[in-house]
Amino acid sequence: MAWREDWRRVRVIAWKDITTERRSKAGFNSVAALAVTILVLFGFALGPEAQALRDAAAGAVWLAALFAGVLAFNRSFQVELESGAIEPLLLYPGSRWTILAGKLLANALFVGLMLAIVVIVGVTLFQVTIPKAWPSLLGLFALGAVGLVVLGTFYAAMSSRTRAREVLLPLLLFPMLVPVLLAAISGSKALLTGDLMHEAGAWIRLLVAYDIVFVSATLLAFEHVIEA
Amino acid sequence: MNAESSLAVDAQRIARRFGARWCLRGVSLQVRPGEVVGLAGANGSGKTTFLRVLSTLLKPNAGAARVYGHDVTRAADDVRRHVGFLAHTAGLYDDLTALENLRFAAEMLGRSPEGLEASLDRVGLARVANDRVRGFSAGMQRRLALARLMLMHPRLLLLDEPYANLDAAGIDIMNAVITEVRNAGGAALLVLHELAPAAGMLDRVLTLVDGRIAAEGDGPAANAPTASAPTLASAAGAR
Amino acid sequence: MNETADTMNVPRSRAWTLFGVFAFVALIAAQVHAVLTSPADRDMGHLQKILYVHVPAAWIMSLAFLVVFVFSIRYMWRGQEKDDLLAAAAAEVGATFNGLTLVLGMIWGKPAWGAWWVWDPRVTTTLVLFMIFVGYLALRSFVDDPERRAQWSAAVGAFGAINVPIVYMSVRWWRTLHQIQSSPSTMDSAYVLGLRTNAIAFMLIMIYFIRRRYELARLRRATELIADAAALGGT
Repeated sequence: MAWREDWRRVRVIAWKDITTERRSKAGFNSVAALAVTILVLFGFALGPEAQALRDAAAGAVWLAALFAGVLAFNRSFQVELESGAIEPLLLYPGSRWTILAGKLLANALFVGLMLAIVVIVGVTLFQVTIPKAWPSLLGLFALGAVGLVVLGTFYAAMSSRTRAREVLLPLLLFPMLVPVLLAAISGSKALLTGDLMHEAGAWIRLLVAYDIVFVSATLLAFEHVIEA
Repeated sequence: MNAESSLAVDAQRIARRFGARWCLRGVSLQVRPGEVVGLAGANGSGKTTFLRVLSTLLKPNAGAARVYGHDVTRAADDVRRHVGFLAHTAGLYDDLTALENLRFAAEMLGRSPEGLEASLDRVGLARVANDRVRGFSAGMQRRLALARLMLMHPRLLLLDEPYANLDAAGIDIMNAVITEVRNAGGAALLVLHELAPAAGMLDRVLTLVDGRIAAEGDGPAANAPTASAPTLASAAGAR
Repeated sequence: MNETADTMNVPRSRAWTLFGVFAFVALIAAQVHAVLTSPADRDMGHLQKILYVHVPAAWIMSLAFLVVFVFSIRYMWRGQEKDDLLAAAAAEVGATFNGLTLVLGMIWGKPAWGAWWVWDPRVTTTLVLFMIFVGYLALRSFVDDPERRAQWSAAVGAFGAINVPIVYMSVRWWRTLHQIQSSPSTMDSAYVLGLRTNAIAFMLIMIYFIRRRYELARLRRATELIADAAALGGT
């Protein structure tokens, strides 16, 4: 019974976030545009030699997604804070982790869409040939995105309520995401070059472990964080 | 169920500060079921802070408060089941329609999303049910927040300047809601800047000065017997 | 407010001053002993002696962050302000030793590895850990409400500590899978005693520092509470 209640709240919060974001549009579009801009700038920094671009493609794509994603995570709580909607949200009786879970679902969708755009642009700009193992690559991207979204959303719940949210979120988040970035970048790179060393599997396992650890940890700790 | 028989609000020496500034310096206050109490005072006297402590949004730095027997810090979730808090800001989602805002609240409360149109109709917003809240005036937002509040079936209303931005019809709706909750055995605590719109509603008025309760008197009933005498009588009858 | 009386009762004692003096004497003695007894290293000469500061600093840094982890979890569990203040004190001391570890490592690394910086797993993890706890301390300075600060930093502290092994593993794989040789530093037994005595001396220093920072934090809270009592006019 209780889990059914909780699941309904998770769904309705995700629905609310997606609907408001879809209607306001400005948010997602500018974040995606920023990601593409960063990607182009990486092209200037690393190109124009085709091989150099190809080698750096995975890193550029993930860093562009990271920098743009940070803005999306802060926005996710900004919407609640600007209109004062966080107060009624906190006054509904029942478990609070559902708020985080709902926002995780919505943010996962946004970041997934943004990654799709960034990858398409990246493949074109950095002259990457899509490997045969593209399903594994897709899985790796999904796992990396989950890691990014989980800690990004959790830390945004804190940073968005401080004076220095723009600088505090990256300061807290980026060091925590080192394993995600290393795994996502190295894993993508390996898969793009045919995974000769059979290392992609190790990176995927690392991401799975990271995601499990931090999805559980954030859901457990969220009640304390949002309450305070 | 000792909770059923106890006071709607029992606050003991509540103190709360922000940084080094004390907004509340020990406020004690009891509200019985069936009572409507007004809380007056100048800007910054701590009225809103007091409501927010009772609503569980803020924790007191000192003192304790119970709502229908549930402690606001230790049993916050039980308190939330009884309390309807109308904040100064409406707290609506601008990019959702009026109806969607209500549906969101209903789903969060685990209520069936049926009959939401009737709720909107009651606050006079049926016409704009499918319009986004972004275009709403402050008064319309307040009415919608009131409709959302009533979805909770609260037994204690905490209303922060409930009449702000409301027109005459809106004031009547607000008073009808307060009367309804009181007649059902609930209670209400109203933060007020001017007492006129609440004329006849209030059983007592307390004044906060600098985070302390300074004065207690009967409602404006005492000053304006013609307007309020029947209401007070009916309130007593309801009890 | 049962916490009040407890926090007001700021623990201070002369014993801790004596402990501090003892810790510093132990540190000086351990250093002198290690420098005098150890032979010059075959490759590094007397430069090797920086390890008597560098290695204990690294160990003590890990220990301090373990304290942060334990007391952050304990705060989330029991919600007592003392645990938060202790975690904060340990984080400050840990970050200091962490910075010391990095700088000393670089001074050692320049002649040993020919570069100020190498992307060695341990070195890199130490840097990431430093960044995590700089974030932790920044968060503390940006949040005014004591309870909110405590809750949030407990989460950040615990998550940071959980992340350390994952970071280490990821950097190690990142390195080894890319076939860059790492530089293992095997240790001659002649140096082991010096390292151990220094580690103990460093640990005493760490305990003393954490204790003093903790006392300071408690003192600050106590002055706030006294100011509170005055503001409330004895209610």
